[in-house]
Amino acid sequence: MSDLGRVLVLAGGLSHERDVSLRSGRRVADALRSVGVEVEQRDVDASLVDRLRNDPPDAVFPVLHGVTGEDGALRQVLDLYGVPYVGADAAACRTAFDKPVASTMVGAAGLHTPASVVLGHDTFRELGAASLMESVIHQIGLPLVVKPARGGSALGASIVRSAEELPSAMVNCYAYGPVALIEQYVDGTEVAVTVVDTGDGPRALPAVEIRPDSGFYDYEARYTAGATQFVVPARLEPEVAGACAAAAVQAHQALGLRDLSRSDLVVDAAGVPWFLEVNVAPGMTETSLVPLAAEAAGIELGVLCRDLLATAAAR
Amino acid sequence: MSADVPDVRQTRLDNYVEAYAARTKGMTASEIRALFSVASRPEVVSLAGGMPNIGGLPLDVVGGAVRDLVIDNGAVAMQYGSGQGDPALRDQICDIMRLEGIEAHPDDVVVTVGSQQAVDLVTRVFCDPGDVVICEAPSYVGALGVFRAYQCEVVHVAMDDDGVVPEALEQAIATVRAAGKRIKFFYTIPNFHNPAGVSLSDERRSRVLEICQRAKLLVLEDNPYGLLGFEGEPQRALRADDREGVIYLGSFSKTFAPGFRVGWAVAPHAVREKLVLAQESATLCPPTFSQLAISSYLVRHDWMGQVKQFREMYRERRDAMLAALAEKMPAATTWTRPSGGFYVWLTLPEGLDAKAMLPRAVTARVAYVPGTAFFADGFGSQCMRLSYCHPTPERITEGVGRLAAVIHEELELRETFGPLPPGAGRDYDAPGPELS
Repeated sequence: MSDLGRVLVLAGGLSHERDVSLRSGRRVADALRSVGVEVEQRDVDASLVDRLRNDPPDAVFPVLHGVTGEDGALRQVLDLYGVPYVGADAAACRTAFDKPVASTMVGAAGLHTPASVVLGHDTFRELGAASLMESVIHQIGLPLVVKPARGGSALGASIVRSAEELPSAMVNCYAYGPVALIEQYVDGTEVAVTVVDTGDGPRALPAVEIRPDSGFYDYEARYTAGATQFVVPARLEPEVAGACAAAAVQAHQALGLRDLSRSDLVVDAAGVPWFLEVNVAPGMTETSLVPLAAEAAGIELGVLCRDLLATAAAR
Repeated sequence: MSADVPDVRQTRLDNYVEAYAARTKGMTASEIRALFSVASRPEVVSLAGGMPNIGGLPLDVVGGAVRDLVIDNGAVAMQYGSGQGDPALRDQICDIMRLEGIEAHPDDVVVTVGSQQAVDLVTRVFCDPGDVVICEAPSYVGALGVFRAYQCEVVHVAMDDDGVVPEALEQAIATVRAAGKRIKFFYTIPNFHNPAGVSLSDERRSRVLEICQRAKLLVLEDNPYGLLGFEGEPQRALRADDREGVIYLGSFSKTFAPGFRVGWAVAPHAVREKLVLAQESATLCPPTFSQLAISSYLVRHDWMGQVKQFREMYRERRDAMLAALAEKMPAATTWTRPSGGFYVWLTLPEGLDAKAMLPRAVTARVAYVPGTAFFADGFGSQCMRLSYCHPTPERITEGVGRLAAVIHEELELRETFGPLPPGAGRDYDAPGPELS
């Protein structure tokens, strides 16, 4: 057995991404068991606090996606009870989980980010939707992308190719949250770059190229095996691959993240990587990108998870 | 970067992606279905699932029956059985159907793995790809899934508060046949419809039978809720008035417990023979243990008294839901008023889309099934199914209150952005059977 002691994998919760989180949690727990770690997987519910207080685990691997899991709230609770955990601290999560804030910070650090506007549904109601949408299109141009400011798995996200499609996209987005990020659509090769830090500084794993059959990496394309082709390492010129790796590490550092993150990028025709968003608790399901990247790097998923836990426990 | 980067790997993470049958088209991850994962949490009032509330069952009686079954008759109960089903249980099923006016011989009965399997067997026996099945609008999501799996074309026929509209049925038959297509049967749930919550009126029962007889069209009568009416005696089954033109499906899932997975079909002789052969090729035989356990329960317990208790419980829950809807729903929201069964069918104000609204509802800790799940053709976006069978009356009231608030918010949003094109749906957008 490993010397990590008892590890708790937290998955589930009440976010829209509960189902994805449960699947991620199962995979992480299985991977850890395969390398001899004593693991318990459990949901986040009213009994968690008692558990942390009365029978704290030696370390936690949070695999909660969406609000609570990634917005820093859960990690704040873990801090309260002094339980070490894998991943960014609460403050960094709050920043990274808010896509507009993260984009601004990463942009300030020198990375390319799409032009965007951030609007709450209240603003549209108070100021009138028609003229505001017209101005948004004028400002951003078409096509554009609408997505909730907070949340993952592309839930509530749409590509808008004509002005007529924008109202539906806004309504779908606001079903998942009160604030929308409307950003320029960057045409190019979609890649995801995982950054890991197991004690010797952040390093990028090979980029995973994403080619959804439908043309849009939405929920269906993400979680239906066979619906998306992945190429790993991504078919990029060496200097472009290097730029992507550097961009992901730079985003990781600019946002004050630690241990593990996944940056979603688009490489344009000129080979320039554009930062779209970062995930502080990236998916670990059978169709997720981090396990693919680890495999391409020759790292067993269980070993990676164990090393991340060891790093967290040593803090 | 790692020094040991292997060769480029191209993968779809599914080695069989090119090998699947055409009928699997559409069997994909569903954003809506994923949302139902949250509905299983106790914080959420789930008005989504159709799970019967079996909390009131006499578990000591059931336990005694199961224990004695193993001790006294285990060698039979745990062995393969007849493909048609246990003869004694088929005899008891005939007694049950007599309550709805059906005179059948045990030889006419085929026991199935829930009535869901009976829908599957009937479709397997009758339908080739492209054949047409006529269904009510809306229709049971589980049956639509079967029809889809056999690559049938589903044609929906309008309903109102008295069930399927006979003129619409007649018109649909004529239109489909004029287009040169073959209609194999009319699938109907005449009592306490899932999801519509309405029942076929007496007058229309004879009209529907006349139309189908004249058109020489087989009727598939699915009746899982028939004994769960809140008023008066059970409705007379369509099968009671037409032995040759109607296949009748029944189930113990709602009157006893779904975990045993026992239902049945009653069919004309020639059809029944084929159903037995189809059953044998599908499962060899329906589960012997479950059949004998149910048979024993029916003998040992006042099962009709138990059904009456269920009716009272569901009536109380129906009342709670209707009262809460009347008190809390915004103007221009309408709903059906079921006199039995589990479901209310709610129609939202113009311009709202129940599927698009579901994430907001889940955030507000209430769940329902969007109406599009009950149509094969993308209709139903303005509607939703609300189940009152499982939550307590207090939870139902709370859940309807949360839902009303969500609808108000959605109305505000739609006022802001104007009417939108309806969203498409599919049957995989419904919750799984385990979800309450």
